[in-house]
Amino acid sequence: MAKQKQTTYGYSRKVLEVFRHPKNIGEIKNPDGFGLVGNPRCGDTMSMYLKISKDGEDRIEDIKIKTFGCLGAISSSSILTEMVKGKTIGDALRVTKDDVIKKLGGLPPIKVHCSVLSVDALKEAIYDYYKRKGRKIPKDLEEVHKHNLQVRESIEHMH
Amino acid sequence: MKRIYMDHAATTPVDARVAAAMKPFLSQRFGNASSLHTFGQEAKEALEESRAAVARAIGAAPDEIIFTSGGTESDNMALKGSLKRGDHLITSAIEHHAVLHTAQYLEPQGVQVTYLPVDRFGLIDPADVEAAIKPNTKLVSIMHVNNEIGAIEPVAEIGVICRRRGVLFHTDAVQGFGKLPIDVRKMNIDMLSASAHKLCGPKGVGLLYIRNGIKLAPLMHGGGHERGRRSGTENVAGIVGFAKAMELAVKDMKKENAGMKTLSEKLVKRVLAIPDSHLNGHPQTSRLRGRPAKRLACINNFRFAGIEGESLVIHLDMQGVAASTGSACSSRSLEPSHVLTAIGLKHADAHGSLRLSLGRGNTAADVDYVAKVLPGIVENLRRISPLAKGK
Repeated sequence: MAKQKQTTYGYSRKVLEVFRHPKNIGEIKNPDGFGLVGNPRCGDTMSMYLKISKDGEDRIEDIKIKTFGCLGAISSSSILTEMVKGKTIGDALRVTKDDVIKKLGGLPPIKVHCSVLSVDALKEAIYDYYKRKGRKIPKDLEEVHKHNLQVRESIEHMH
Repeated sequence: MKRIYMDHAATTPVDARVAAAMKPFLSQRFGNASSLHTFGQEAKEALEESRAAVARAIGAAPDEIIFTSGGTESDNMALKGSLKRGDHLITSAIEHHAVLHTAQYLEPQGVQVTYLPVDRFGLIDPADVEAAIKPNTKLVSIMHVNNEIGAIEPVAEIGVICRRRGVLFHTDAVQGFGKLPIDVRKMNIDMLSASAHKLCGPKGVGLLYIRNGIKLAPLMHGGGHERGRRSGTENVAGIVGFAKAMELAVKDMKKENAGMKTLSEKLVKRVLAIPDSHLNGHPQTSRLRGRPAKRLACINNFRFAGIEGESLVIHLDMQGVAASTGSACSSRSLEPSHVLTAIGLKHADAHGSLRLSLGRGNTAADVDYVAKVLPGIVENLRRISPLAKGK
Protein backbone atom coordinates (compact mmCIF):
# COMPACT_ATOMS: atom_id res chain seq x y z
CA MET A 1 0.00 0.00 0.00
CA ALA A 2 1.22 3.46 -0.84
CA LYS A 3 2.42 5.33 2.19
CA GLN A 4 0.22 8.29 2.85
CA LYS A 5 1.77 11.73 2.53
CA GLN A 6 -0.29 13.37 5.20
CA THR A 7 -1.29 17.00 4.91
CA THR A 8 -4.36 18.86 6.12
CA TYR A 9 -7.28 17.08 7.81
CA GLY A 10 -5.20 13.87 7.80
CA TYR A 11 -5.51 13.51 4.01
CA SER A 12 -3.01 13.81 1.16
CA ARG A 13 -2.80 16.86 -1.07
CA LYS A 14 -4.20 14.83 -3.97
CA VAL A 15 -7.25 13.70 -1.95
CA LEU A 16 -8.03 17.33 -1.11
CA GLU A 17 -7.61 18.40 -4.72
CA VAL A 18 -9.99 15.67 -5.96
CA PHE A 19 -12.42 16.42 -3.12
CA ARG A 20 -12.56 20.08 -4.12
CA HIS A 21 -13.12 19.25 -7.78
CA PRO A 22 -14.54 15.76 -8.15
CA LYS A 23 -14.83 14.45 -11.72
CA ASN A 24 -17.48 12.42 -13.54
CA ILE A 25 -20.17 13.23 -11.00
CA GLY A 26 -23.75 12.53 -11.92
CA GLU A 27 -25.96 9.96 -13.58
CA ILE A 28 -26.30 8.46 -17.06
CA LYS A 29 -29.77 8.05 -18.50
CA ASN A 30 -30.39 4.48 -19.67
CA PRO A 31 -26.98 3.20 -18.56
CA ASP A 32 -25.58 -0.08 -19.89
CA GLY A 33 -24.57 -0.95 -16.36
CA PHE A 34 -25.57 0.35 -12.94
CA GLY A 35 -24.25 -0.48 -9.49
CA LEU A 36 -25.33 0.68 -6.05
CA VAL A 37 -23.05 -0.23 -3.17
CA GLY A 38 -22.75 0.78 0.45
CA ASN A 39 -20.68 0.19 3.53
CA PRO A 40 -22.94 -1.23 6.24
CA ARG A 41 -20.74 0.10 9.02
CA CYS A 42 -20.11 3.75 8.22
CA GLY A 43 -23.04 4.21 5.83
CA ASP A 44 -21.09 5.47 2.79
CA THR A 45 -23.05 4.88 -0.41
CA MET A 46 -22.06 5.06 -4.08
CA SER A 47 -24.05 4.69 -7.29
CA MET A 48 -22.12 3.98 -10.49
CA TYR A 49 -23.37 4.38 -14.09
CA LEU A 50 -21.63 2.94 -17.18
CA LYS A 51 -21.96 3.46 -20.92
CA ILE A 52 -20.17 0.66 -22.80
CA SER A 53 -19.02 0.80 -26.45
CA LYS A 54 -21.00 -1.21 -29.00
CA ASP A 55 -17.94 -2.11 -31.14
CA GLY A 56 -17.35 -5.39 -29.39
CA GLU A 57 -14.35 -4.03 -27.48
CA ASP A 58 -16.37 -3.42 -24.29
CA ARG A 59 -14.81 -0.03 -23.77
CA ILE A 60 -16.07 2.24 -20.95
CA GLU A 61 -17.22 5.17 -23.08
CA ASP A 62 -18.73 7.08 -20.22
CA ILE A 63 -18.82 6.67 -16.46
CA LYS A 64 -20.61 8.67 -13.79
CA ILE A 65 -20.78 8.32 -10.05
CA LYS A 66 -22.64 9.76 -7.10
CA THR A 67 -21.21 9.42 -3.61
CA PHE A 68 -22.55 9.94 -0.13
CA GLY A 69 -19.59 9.95 2.21
CA CYS A 70 -16.45 11.53 3.51
CA LEU A 71 -13.38 12.85 1.70
CA GLY A 72 -12.03 9.34 1.41
CA ALA A 73 -15.18 8.10 -0.31
CA ILE A 74 -15.62 11.10 -2.59
CA SER A 75 -11.99 11.20 -3.72
CA SER A 76 -11.73 7.41 -4.17
CA SER A 77 -14.84 7.24 -6.34
CA SER A 78 -13.88 10.25 -8.42
CA ILE A 79 -10.30 9.13 -9.10
CA LEU A 80 -11.46 5.63 -10.02
CA THR A 81 -13.79 6.97 -12.70
CA GLU A 82 -10.87 8.91 -14.17
CA MET A 83 -8.64 5.83 -14.05
CA VAL A 84 -11.03 3.55 -15.94
CA LYS A 85 -12.75 5.91 -18.39
CA GLY A 86 -11.81 4.81 -21.93
CA LYS A 87 -10.44 1.47 -20.75
CA THR A 88 -11.87 -1.89 -21.77
CA ILE A 89 -13.87 -3.67 -19.09
CA GLY A 90 -11.10 -6.25 -18.87
CA ASP A 91 -8.50 -3.58 -18.08
CA ALA A 92 -10.84 -1.68 -15.78
CA LEU A 93 -11.40 -4.80 -13.69
CA ARG A 94 -7.66 -5.03 -13.11
CA VAL A 95 -7.69 -1.74 -11.16
CA THR A 96 -7.39 -2.53 -7.46
CA LYS A 97 -7.99 -0.59 -4.28
CA ASP A 98 -4.22 -0.26 -3.94
CA ASP A 99 -4.06 1.42 -7.37
CA VAL A 100 -6.74 3.86 -6.22
CA ILE A 101 -4.91 4.56 -2.96
CA LYS A 102 -1.61 5.03 -4.81
CA LYS A 103 -3.18 7.46 -7.25
CA LEU A 104 -4.56 9.44 -4.32
CA GLY A 105 -1.14 9.71 -2.69
CA GLY A 106 -2.34 7.44 0.11
CA LEU A 107 -5.36 7.28 2.37
CA PRO A 108 -5.51 7.23 6.18
CA PRO A 109 -5.71 3.57 7.34
CA ILE A 110 -9.25 4.04 8.67
CA LYS A 111 -10.33 5.23 5.21
CA VAL A 112 -8.98 2.31 3.17
CA HIS A 113 -12.49 0.83 3.05
CA CYS A 114 -13.57 3.86 0.98
CA SER A 115 -11.26 2.78 -1.87
CA VAL A 116 -12.60 -0.78 -1.62
CA LEU A 117 -16.13 0.56 -1.94
CA SER A 118 -15.33 2.48 -5.13
CA VAL A 119 -13.79 -0.62 -6.75
CA ASP A 120 -16.84 -2.63 -5.67
CA ALA A 121 -19.15 -0.02 -7.21
CA LEU A 122 -17.41 -0.52 -10.56
CA LYS A 123 -17.57 -4.31 -10.26
CA GLU A 124 -21.25 -4.13 -9.38
CA ALA A 125 -21.97 -1.96 -12.44
CA ILE A 126 -20.02 -4.36 -14.67
CA TYR A 127 -21.91 -7.30 -13.12
CA ASP A 128 -25.12 -5.52 -14.08
CA TYR A 129 -23.83 -4.97 -17.64
CA TYR A 130 -22.88 -8.66 -18.04
CA LYS A 131 -26.23 -9.69 -16.60
CA ARG A 132 -28.14 -7.50 -19.04
CA LYS A 133 -26.09 -8.93 -21.93
CA GLY A 134 -26.67 -12.48 -20.74
CA ARG A 135 -22.92 -13.06 -20.49
CA LYS A 136 -21.10 -15.48 -18.27
CA ILE A 137 -20.21 -13.68 -15.04
CA PRO A 138 -16.71 -14.07 -13.56
CA LYS A 139 -16.54 -15.55 -10.11
CA ASP A 140 -15.22 -12.48 -8.30
CA LEU A 141 -18.01 -10.31 -9.70
CA GLU A 142 -20.54 -12.87 -8.45
CA GLU A 143 -18.95 -12.66 -5.03
CA VAL A 144 -19.04 -8.87 -4.91
CA HIS A 145 -22.66 -8.98 -5.99
CA LYS A 146 -23.57 -11.56 -3.37
CA HIS A 147 -21.90 -9.53 -0.64
CA ASN A 148 -23.62 -6.42 -1.90
CA LEU A 149 -27.05 -8.06 -1.71
CA GLN A 150 -26.29 -9.05 1.86
CA VAL A 151 -25.37 -5.55 2.98
CA ARG A 152 -28.07 -3.84 0.89
CA GLU A 153 -30.66 -4.49 3.54
CA SER A 154 -28.66 -2.91 6.34
CA ILE A 155 -27.81 0.05 4.10
CA GLU A 156 -31.48 0.62 3.34
CA HIS A 157 -32.21 0.37 7.03
CA MET A 158 -29.68 3.14 7.68
CA HIS A 159 -31.36 5.49 5.28
CA MET B 1 -9.04 34.45 4.61
CA LYS B 2 -11.30 35.44 7.48
CA ARG B 3 -11.53 32.61 10.01
CA ILE B 4 -14.68 32.15 12.05
CA TYR B 5 -14.58 29.87 15.06
CA MET B 6 -17.93 28.21 15.76
CA ASP B 7 -16.78 25.21 17.74
CA HIS B 8 -16.88 26.61 21.28
CA ALA B 9 -18.39 23.41 22.65
CA ALA B 10 -15.08 21.73 21.73
CA THR B 11 -12.92 24.38 23.34
CA THR B 12 -12.64 28.15 23.70
CA PRO B 13 -9.80 30.64 23.42
CA VAL B 14 -8.33 31.81 26.73
CA ASP B 15 -9.78 35.24 27.53
CA ALA B 16 -7.09 37.96 27.60
CA ARG B 17 -8.05 38.83 31.20
CA VAL B 18 -7.62 35.17 32.17
CA ALA B 19 -4.22 34.98 30.47
CA ALA B 20 -3.15 38.16 32.31
CA ALA B 21 -4.19 36.69 35.66
CA MET B 22 -2.25 33.50 34.94
CA LYS B 23 0.95 35.05 33.67
CA PRO B 24 2.69 35.91 36.97
CA PHE B 25 2.25 32.30 38.11
CA LEU B 26 4.14 30.98 35.12
CA SER B 27 7.28 32.95 35.90
CA GLN B 28 7.83 35.25 38.94
CA ARG B 29 5.39 33.44 41.23
CA PHE B 30 6.28 29.92 40.15
CA GLY B 31 6.42 28.33 43.59
CA ASN B 32 5.23 24.87 44.55
CA ALA B 33 2.17 25.32 46.76
CA SER B 34 3.50 22.62 49.10
CA SER B 35 6.76 24.47 49.84
CA LEU B 36 7.30 26.24 53.17
CA HIS B 37 9.20 29.24 51.81
CA THR B 38 7.72 32.47 50.52
CA PHE B 39 7.58 31.27 46.90
CA GLY B 40 5.53 28.31 48.03
CA GLN B 41 3.30 30.35 50.30
CA GLU B 42 2.51 32.80 47.50
CA ALA B 43 1.44 29.90 45.30
CA LYS B 44 -0.53 28.37 48.16
CA GLU B 45 -2.33 31.64 48.76
CA ALA B 46 -3.30 31.98 45.09
CA LEU B 47 -4.44 28.35 45.04
CA GLU B 48 -6.67 28.76 48.07
CA GLU B 49 -8.09 32.08 46.88
CA SER B 50 -9.01 30.40 43.59
CA ARG B 51 -10.55 27.47 45.38
CA ALA B 52 -12.67 29.78 47.54
CA ALA B 53 -13.76 31.79 44.48
CA VAL B 54 -14.99 28.83 42.44
CA ALA B 55 -16.59 27.28 45.53
CA ARG B 56 -18.49 30.51 46.18
CA ALA B 57 -19.68 30.60 42.56
CA ILE B 58 -21.48 27.27 42.94
CA GLY B 59 -22.57 27.54 46.56
CA ALA B 60 -19.97 25.08 47.86
CA ALA B 61 -17.43 25.29 50.68
CA PRO B 62 -13.77 25.66 49.62
CA ASP B 63 -12.78 22.30 51.09
CA GLU B 64 -15.38 20.60 48.89
CA ILE B 65 -13.45 21.52 45.73
CA ILE B 66 -10.50 19.57 44.38
CA PHE B 67 -8.66 20.64 41.28
CA THR B 68 -7.94 18.05 38.58
CA SER B 69 -6.49 17.89 35.09
CA GLY B 70 -9.92 18.40 33.52
CA GLY B 71 -13.43 17.08 33.07
CA THR B 72 -12.34 13.59 32.09
CA GLU B 73 -10.32 13.07 35.26
CA SER B 74 -13.13 14.49 37.40
CA ASP B 75 -15.68 12.13 35.84
CA ASN B 76 -13.32 9.18 36.23
CA MET B 77 -12.76 10.01 39.87
CA ALA B 78 -16.46 10.46 40.67
CA LEU B 79 -17.34 7.06 39.21
CA LYS B 80 -14.29 4.95 39.99
CA GLY B 81 -13.87 6.56 43.39
CA SER B 82 -17.39 5.80 44.57
CA LEU B 83 -18.35 2.49 42.93
CA LYS B 84 -17.26 -1.00 43.85
CA ARG B 85 -18.26 -4.54 42.89
CA GLY B 86 -21.97 -5.14 43.41
CA ASP B 87 -22.92 -1.44 43.25
CA HIS B 88 -25.44 -0.15 40.75
CA LEU B 89 -24.90 2.99 38.66
CA ILE B 90 -27.63 4.87 36.82
CA THR B 91 -26.48 7.07 33.97
CA SER B 92 -27.80 8.06 30.55
CA ALA B 93 -27.23 7.02 26.96
CA ILE B 94 -26.04 10.51 26.01
CA GLU B 95 -23.30 11.13 28.56
CA HIS B 96 -19.89 12.30 27.47
CA HIS B 97 -17.50 9.44 26.78
CA ALA B 98 -15.61 10.36 29.96
CA VAL B 99 -18.61 9.00 31.88
CA LEU B 100 -19.84 6.37 29.40
CA HIS B 101 -16.49 4.70 28.81
CA THR B 102 -15.72 4.78 32.53
CA ALA B 103 -19.06 3.05 33.19
CA GLN B 104 -18.23 0.49 30.52
CA TYR B 105 -14.83 -0.05 32.15
CA LEU B 106 -16.50 -0.67 35.50
CA GLU B 107 -19.10 -3.15 34.20
CA PRO B 108 -16.79 -6.16 33.81
CA GLN B 109 -15.49 -5.38 37.31
CA GLY B 110 -18.90 -6.16 38.75
CA VAL B 111 -20.59 -2.75 38.71
CA GLN B 112 -24.13 -2.90 37.30
CA VAL B 113 -25.00 -0.03 35.01
CA THR B 114 -28.36 1.25 33.75
CA TYR B 115 -28.18 3.54 30.73
CA LEU B 116 -31.37 5.62 30.69
CA PRO B 117 -32.91 6.55 27.35
CA VAL B 118 -33.70 10.14 26.35
CA ASP B 119 -36.52 11.70 24.37
CA ARG B 120 -36.12 13.09 20.85
CA PHE B 121 -34.67 16.32 22.28
CA GLY B 122 -32.13 14.45 24.38
CA LEU B 123 -33.98 15.06 27.65
CA ILE B 124 -34.07 12.60 30.53
CA ASP B 125 -37.30 12.01 32.41
CA PRO B 126 -36.62 12.26 36.17
CA ALA B 127 -39.33 9.62 36.69
CA ASP B 128 -37.10 7.20 34.75
CA VAL B 129 -34.29 7.89 37.20
CA GLU B 130 -36.54 7.18 40.16
CA ALA B 131 -37.91 4.00 38.56
CA ALA B 132 -34.39 2.70 37.90
CA ILE B 133 -33.25 2.99 41.52
CA LYS B 134 -32.64 -0.42 43.10
CA PRO B 135 -31.57 -1.40 46.63
CA ASN B 136 -27.92 -1.53 45.49
CA THR B 137 -27.99 1.75 43.54
CA LYS B 138 -25.04 3.76 44.78
CA LEU B 139 -24.71 6.56 42.25
CA VAL B 140 -26.69 8.46 39.64
CA SER B 141 -24.55 10.30 37.08
CA ILE B 142 -26.45 12.56 34.70
CA MET B 143 -24.88 15.40 32.75
CA HIS B 144 -26.05 18.98 33.18
CA VAL B 145 -25.83 20.05 29.52
CA ASN B 146 -25.24 17.72 26.61
CA ASN B 147 -22.19 18.74 24.60
CA GLU B 148 -23.54 17.76 21.18
CA ILE B 149 -27.12 19.00 21.15
CA GLY B 150 -27.19 21.33 24.15
CA ALA B 151 -30.00 19.53 26.00
CA ILE B 152 -30.34 20.93 29.54
CA GLU B 153 -31.12 18.02 31.82
CA PRO B 154 -33.45 18.41 34.83
CA VAL B 155 -30.61 18.03 37.34
CA ALA B 156 -32.40 19.82 40.19
CA GLU B 157 -35.34 17.42 39.95
CA ILE B 158 -33.02 14.43 39.73
CA GLY B 159 -31.11 15.81 42.73
CA VAL B 160 -34.28 15.86 44.84
CA ILE B 161 -35.04 12.25 43.94
CA CYS B 162 -31.52 11.05 44.71
CA ARG B 163 -31.39 12.83 48.06
CA ARG B 164 -34.79 11.43 49.06
CA ARG B 165 -33.77 7.90 48.05
CA GLY B 166 -30.35 8.11 49.68
CA VAL B 167 -28.41 7.74 46.43
CA LEU B 168 -25.35 9.80 45.47
CA PHE B 169 -25.83 12.22 42.60
CA HIS B 170 -22.97 13.25 40.31
CA THR B 171 -23.37 15.63 37.39
CA ASP B 172 -20.91 16.21 34.56
CA ALA B 173 -21.41 19.97 34.32
CA VAL B 174 -18.53 20.59 31.90
CA GLN B 175 -20.59 22.04 29.06
CA GLY B 176 -22.91 24.30 31.05
CA PHE B 177 -20.39 25.51 33.65
CA GLY B 178 -20.37 29.30 33.80
CA LYS B 179 -23.32 29.45 31.42
CA LEU B 180 -26.12 28.27 33.68
CA PRO B 181 -26.37 29.13 37.38
CA ILE B 182 -25.42 26.29 39.71
CA ASP B 183 -26.06 25.99 43.42
CA VAL B 184 -24.93 22.58 44.57
CA ARG B 185 -26.88 22.86 47.84
CA LYS B 186 -30.19 23.92 46.32
CA MET B 187 -29.81 21.42 43.48
CA ASN B 188 -28.89 18.54 45.81
CA ILE B 189 -25.72 17.78 43.86
CA ASP B 190 -23.23 15.52 45.65
CA MET B 191 -20.48 15.61 43.04
CA LEU B 192 -19.90 17.86 40.05
CA SER B 193 -17.28 17.85 37.29
CA ALA B 194 -16.18 20.98 35.44
CA SER B 195 -13.39 22.05 33.12
CA ALA B 196 -11.81 25.47 32.58
CA HIS B 197 -11.27 25.39 28.83
CA LYS B 198 -14.98 25.44 27.97
CA LEU B 199 -15.40 28.87 29.57
CA CYS B 200 -12.43 30.76 28.13
CA GLY B 201 -10.01 29.32 30.66
CA PRO B 202 -6.90 27.21 30.00
CA LYS B 203 -6.83 23.54 29.01
CA GLY B 204 -5.54 20.95 31.45
CA VAL B 205 -7.41 22.12 34.54
CA GLY B 206 -10.74 21.04 35.92
CA LEU B 207 -12.43 20.49 39.22
CA LEU B 208 -14.48 17.99 41.11
CA TYR B 209 -16.88 19.23 43.77
CA ILE B 210 -17.34 16.57 46.43
CA ARG B 211 -19.93 17.28 49.10
CA ASN B 212 -18.51 17.15 52.62
CA GLY B 213 -18.82 13.70 54.10
CA ILE B 214 -18.42 11.79 50.85
CA LYS B 215 -15.36 9.58 50.75
CA LEU B 216 -13.87 8.81 47.34
CA ALA B 217 -10.98 6.50 46.57
CA PRO B 218 -8.32 8.65 44.86
CA LEU B 219 -7.16 7.96 41.31
CA MET B 220 -3.80 9.61 41.92
CA HIS B 221 -1.60 8.43 44.75
CA GLY B 222 1.49 10.35 45.78
CA GLY B 223 2.37 13.33 47.89
CA GLY B 224 -1.11 13.76 49.34
CA HIS B 225 -2.05 17.02 47.66
CA GLU B 226 -5.65 18.28 47.74
CA ARG B 227 -6.01 16.86 51.24
CA GLY B 228 -4.99 13.40 50.09
CA ARG B 229 -7.68 13.19 47.45
CA ARG B 230 -5.65 14.05 44.39
CA SER B 231 -1.88 13.85 44.55
CA GLY B 232 0.27 15.82 42.14
CA THR B 233 1.74 19.32 42.30
CA GLU B 234 -1.09 21.78 41.74
CA ASN B 235 -1.28 23.54 38.38
CA VAL B 236 -1.37 26.93 40.09
CA ALA B 237 -1.35 29.09 36.95
CA GLY B 238 -4.12 26.97 35.41
CA ILE B 239 -6.16 27.03 38.59
CA VAL B 240 -5.82 30.82 38.90
CA GLY B 241 -6.96 31.03 35.26
CA PHE B 242 -9.91 28.76 35.96
CA ALA B 243 -11.03 30.95 38.87
CA LYS B 244 -10.68 34.11 36.78
CA ALA B 245 -12.62 32.54 33.88
CA MET B 246 -15.38 31.51 36.27
CA GLU B 247 -15.48 34.99 37.85
CA LEU B 248 -15.91 36.58 34.40
CA ALA B 249 -18.50 34.04 33.31
CA VAL B 250 -20.62 34.51 36.42
CA LYS B 251 -20.34 38.31 36.32
CA ASP B 252 -21.54 38.47 32.69
CA MET B 253 -23.78 35.41 32.64
CA LYS B 254 -27.10 37.21 32.07
CA LYS B 255 -25.69 39.52 29.42
CA GLU B 256 -23.81 36.77 27.60
CA ASN B 257 -26.78 34.41 27.61
CA ALA B 258 -29.00 37.13 26.15
CA GLY B 259 -26.43 37.75 23.41
CA MET B 260 -26.11 34.01 22.69
CA LYS B 261 -29.86 33.68 22.45
CA THR B 262 -30.11 36.48 19.89
CA LEU B 263 -27.25 35.04 17.81
CA SER B 264 -28.58 31.50 18.07
CA GLU B 265 -32.07 32.49 16.96
CA LYS B 266 -30.65 34.26 13.94
CA LEU B 267 -28.41 31.31 13.11
CA VAL B 268 -31.14 28.69 13.48
CA LYS B 269 -33.58 30.71 11.40
CA ARG B 270 -31.07 31.21 8.59
CA VAL B 271 -29.82 27.62 8.55
CA LEU B 272 -33.29 26.09 8.64
CA ALA B 273 -34.11 28.07 5.49
CA ILE B 274 -31.98 25.45 3.69
CA PRO B 275 -34.33 22.78 2.25
CA ASP B 276 -34.45 19.47 4.13
CA SER B 277 -32.58 20.83 7.13
CA HIS B 278 -33.50 20.16 10.74
CA LEU B 279 -32.48 21.22 14.23
CA ASN B 280 -31.23 18.39 16.45
CA GLY B 281 -32.28 19.47 19.90
CA HIS B 282 -34.98 21.42 21.65
CA PRO B 283 -36.06 24.75 20.12
CA GLN B 284 -36.64 26.40 23.51
CA THR B 285 -33.49 28.21 24.68
CA SER B 286 -34.88 30.36 27.48
CA ARG B 287 -37.46 30.33 30.23
CA LEU B 288 -40.94 30.20 28.76
CA ARG B 289 -44.21 30.44 30.70
CA GLY B 290 -42.52 29.28 33.88
CA ARG B 291 -40.81 26.34 32.18
CA PRO B 292 -37.03 26.29 32.21
CA ALA B 293 -34.90 26.42 29.06
CA LYS B 294 -34.45 23.04 27.38
CA ARG B 295 -31.39 23.80 25.27
CA LEU B 296 -28.27 25.89 25.75
CA ALA B 297 -28.53 28.60 23.09
CA CYS B 298 -24.86 28.45 22.13
CA ILE B 299 -25.08 24.80 20.98
CA ASN B 300 -26.84 24.51 17.64
CA ASN B 301 -26.88 21.09 16.00
CA PHE B 302 -28.38 20.62 12.56
CA ARG B 303 -28.77 17.84 10.07
CA PHE B 304 -29.05 17.98 6.32
CA ALA B 305 -30.66 15.09 4.47
CA GLY B 306 -28.50 13.24 1.95
CA ILE B 307 -25.05 14.55 2.84
CA GLU B 308 -22.18 13.51 5.05
CA GLY B 309 -20.81 15.59 7.91
CA GLU B 310 -17.05 15.24 7.45
CA SER B 311 -17.29 16.51 3.88
CA LEU B 312 -19.49 19.34 5.11
CA VAL B 313 -17.13 20.34 7.92
CA ILE B 314 -14.08 20.32 5.65
CA HIS B 315 -15.81 22.38 2.97
CA LEU B 316 -16.78 24.85 5.71
CA ASP B 317 -13.22 24.96 6.98
CA MET B 318 -11.95 25.60 3.44
CA GLN B 319 -14.22 28.64 3.50
CA GLY B 320 -12.96 29.72 6.90
CA VAL B 321 -15.62 28.33 9.23
CA ALA B 322 -14.63 25.95 12.06
CA ALA B 323 -17.46 23.58 13.07
CA SER B 324 -17.90 19.91 13.99
CA THR B 325 -20.02 16.88 13.15
CA GLY B 326 -21.29 13.66 14.70
CA SER B 327 -20.75 11.80 11.43
CA ALA B 328 -19.43 8.27 11.57
CA CYS B 329 -16.79 9.18 8.99
CA SER B 330 -15.19 11.69 11.32
CA SER B 331 -15.09 9.39 14.34
CA ARG B 332 -12.23 7.10 15.23
CA SER B 333 -14.65 4.19 15.49
CA LEU B 334 -16.62 4.79 12.25
CA GLU B 335 -19.73 4.82 14.44
CA PRO B 336 -22.06 7.80 14.32
CA SER B 337 -22.58 9.93 17.42
CA HIS B 338 -24.16 7.98 20.29
CA VAL B 339 -26.10 11.11 21.21
CA LEU B 340 -27.72 11.50 17.80
CA THR B 341 -28.64 7.83 17.63
CA ALA B 342 -30.04 8.02 21.20
CA ILE B 343 -32.44 10.80 20.17
CA GLY B 344 -33.71 8.45 17.48
CA LEU B 345 -31.89 9.62 14.37
CA LYS B 346 -31.21 7.07 11.68
CA HIS B 347 -27.57 6.33 10.92
CA ALA B 348 -27.64 8.37 7.72
CA ASP B 349 -29.23 11.37 9.46
CA ALA B 350 -26.60 11.33 12.18
CA HIS B 351 -24.12 11.21 9.28
CA GLY B 352 -25.30 14.58 8.01
CA SER B 353 -25.05 16.44 11.31
CA LEU B 354 -23.34 19.78 11.87
CA ARG B 355 -22.70 21.44 15.21
CA LEU B 356 -22.24 25.19 15.23
CA SER B 357 -21.41 26.22 18.80
CA LEU B 358 -21.28 29.92 19.53
CA GLY B 359 -19.06 31.74 21.99
CA ARG B 360 -17.90 35.03 23.36
CA GLY B 361 -16.06 36.04 20.18
CA ASN B 362 -18.90 35.45 17.71
CA THR B 363 -20.80 38.33 16.13
CA ALA B 364 -23.91 38.78 14.01
CA ALA B 365 -21.57 39.21 11.02
CA ASP B 366 -20.14 35.72 11.70
CA VAL B 367 -23.64 34.27 11.61
CA ASP B 368 -24.33 36.14 8.36
CA TYR B 369 -21.17 34.74 6.80
CA VAL B 370 -21.99 31.15 7.79
CA ALA B 371 -25.55 31.57 6.54
CA LYS B 372 -24.13 32.84 3.26
CA VAL B 373 -21.66 30.00 2.55
CA LEU B 374 -23.52 27.02 4.03
CA PRO B 375 -26.39 26.67 1.51
CA GLY B 376 -23.97 26.41 -1.43
CA ILE B 377 -21.88 23.74 0.29
CA VAL B 378 -24.97 21.70 1.16
CA GLU B 379 -26.23 22.04 -2.40
CA ASN B 380 -22.90 20.92 -3.89
CA LEU B 381 -22.69 17.88 -1.64
CA ARG B 382 -26.27 16.97 -2.47
CA ARG B 383 -25.49 17.28 -6.15
CA ILE B 384 -22.93 14.49 -5.85
CA SER B 385 -24.95 12.37 -3.41
CA PRO B 386 -26.99 9.35 -4.49
CA LEU B 387 -29.21 9.83 -1.43
CA ALA B 388 -30.31 13.43 -1.94
CA LYS B 389 -33.77 14.06 -3.21
CA GLY B 390 -34.17 15.70 -6.61
CA LYS B 391 -31.20 16.65 -8.75
